[in-house]
Amino acid sequence: MRKNFQGRFRGYLRRPGSLLLLILVWLAAGITFFALIYLIAYILIKGIPFLTPSLFAWEYNSENVSMTPAIITTVEMTALSLLIAAPLGILTAVYLVEYARRGNKVVELIRLTAETLSGIPSIVYGLFGSIFFVTSLGWGLSILSGAFTLSIMILPLIIRTTEEALKAVPDTYREGSFGLGAGKLRTVFRIVLPSAVPGVLAGIILAIGRIVGETAALIYTAGTVAKVPENLMASGRTLAIHMYALSGEGFYTDQAYATAVVLLVLVLGINTISAMLARRLASV
Amino acid sequence: MKYHRQRIVERIFATIFFICALASVAAVLLICVFLFASGIPAMGEVGFFNFILGRKWAPTDVPPSFGILPMILGSVYITLGAILVGVPIGILTAIFMARCCPKPVYKVLKPAVELLAGIPSVVYGFFGLVVLVPLVREHLGGDGMSILTASLLLGLMILPTIITISESAMRAVPPQYYEGALALGATHERSVFAVVVPAASSGILAAVVLGIGRAIGETMAVIMVAGNQARMPKGILKGIRTLTSNIVTEMAYAADLHREVLIATGVILFVFILIINLCFALLKRRMNK
Repeated sequence: MRKNFQGRFRGYLRRPGSLLLLILVWLAAGITFFALIYLIAYILIKGIPFLTPSLFAWEYNSENVSMTPAIITTVEMTALSLLIAAPLGILTAVYLVEYARRGNKVVELIRLTAETLSGIPSIVYGLFGSIFFVTSLGWGLSILSGAFTLSIMILPLIIRTTEEALKAVPDTYREGSFGLGAGKLRTVFRIVLPSAVPGVLAGIILAIGRIVGETAALIYTAGTVAKVPENLMASGRTLAIHMYALSGEGFYTDQAYATAVVLLVLVLGINTISAMLARRLASV
Repeated sequence: MKYHRQRIVERIFATIFFICALASVAAVLLICVFLFASGIPAMGEVGFFNFILGRKWAPTDVPPSFGILPMILGSVYITLGAILVGVPIGILTAIFMARCCPKPVYKVLKPAVELLAGIPSVVYGFFGLVVLVPLVREHLGGDGMSILTASLLLGLMILPTIITISESAMRAVPPQYYEGALALGATHERSVFAVVVPAASSGILAAVVLGIGRAIGETMAVIMVAGNQARMPKGILKGIRTLTSNIVTEMAYAADLHREVLIATGVILFVFILIINLCFALLKRRMNK
């Protein structure tokens, strides 16, 4: 082993160009990795000492800048957005994978629009939401406007992940079901969808991660009121907006660090769960 | 009779699925119609060329000036900067992950890249504000909120996009290419850089294009570190405002024509993004061929 290493090292000395490329490639990977570790460690080390009980007080006021109302708003916003986007996205994927014929023009249009949607930046969604839901439909700055805006934003993500999960279900399952006399509908709901559950779930959890971290699409649709919203037509700020507001005001840097810790841990945790589910699907 | 009823039920559900599938088409249509309908009249009122080539943005002056050239240049400069920072590191990391990486290292690096993609942009922005801004201020001068700072931060933010897509493009290159190069006596590195990378070039280009799209559309992180001065770019260490940050900074208090002009700013951004998406789709099609 050692001799092998020496031999390779001598080989590299004879070809300095290759050695240089090798060093560059390792260096780049090192920078990527170091940047991530530095970012996470910096936020955690600076933020954890400021995670005081008063930051989690039930009521928000300008003295404790509690994040509890923001957390509750985030949960409401997530639930409502998923309630709208998950059925639509899953059924769209079912249509694309199980029903659509190849080469159909409408299907191509649907794929094209889903791809377009996934490339639109969140500020454009925010702008659209503020023109359409807030002003034209007259819903005002509200949880409802925010949730509808977000549900359009996460729709392509749910369609894509569900599609992949459905495609991964072997055709023998469908053939077996048809062979036993089941119709298409029954095959889809009893056989195909249940076997695709981990993949669909991975997509939904990934979507939750995006909702929790979203800011630009929500500022002018859901607003920035720091209280627990009384109903769906009231304005409220999610955790990410809460954090943006804190860091912008300048008086609350310590609390902003602490809020960043909660937000970071939440989002990274959600993404890790999603990745684990997706990997389990791939290994089955 | 029962068979007949079942067929009707199947038909009904097939139609329901189809209608759901049309939701994304409807969403794109609604977005286009409402953005263009609210933005284009404002462009007409200001004058299209005054709007996109005007060098002065002063919405509260009497009479107001609505030139967004400073913001267009701001977006372009910051995106170029982000590309300069992010593309070399991203592509080299992707090469490392696809072709040079020992397995145990890959097992750590892959989830790390996924985590990097998951960090919310406010957290990136905050990190830029408390780490990069002081760093630039102390070592290079200026007040720290600058084109350079925003480029560094955005370069970091587009890394996962570039790495993920380039990596899968390189993995899709048939192994015979690499083996053939080795058999001709090239070293491992030479085979990778002279054979595998060129073979994956359209995929790598697609990754860069998508990275550009991310960088142009990024909002919150840029607002927090770029300074947001609405003026023509004055240097790499001076602050600047982008199309995205222009919308968020002023939307809160804008009214009437001012508000419509901000929406028109969004329309320009949207058109940029549509062009970029089109390039990406074309490149992806070429990659799959």
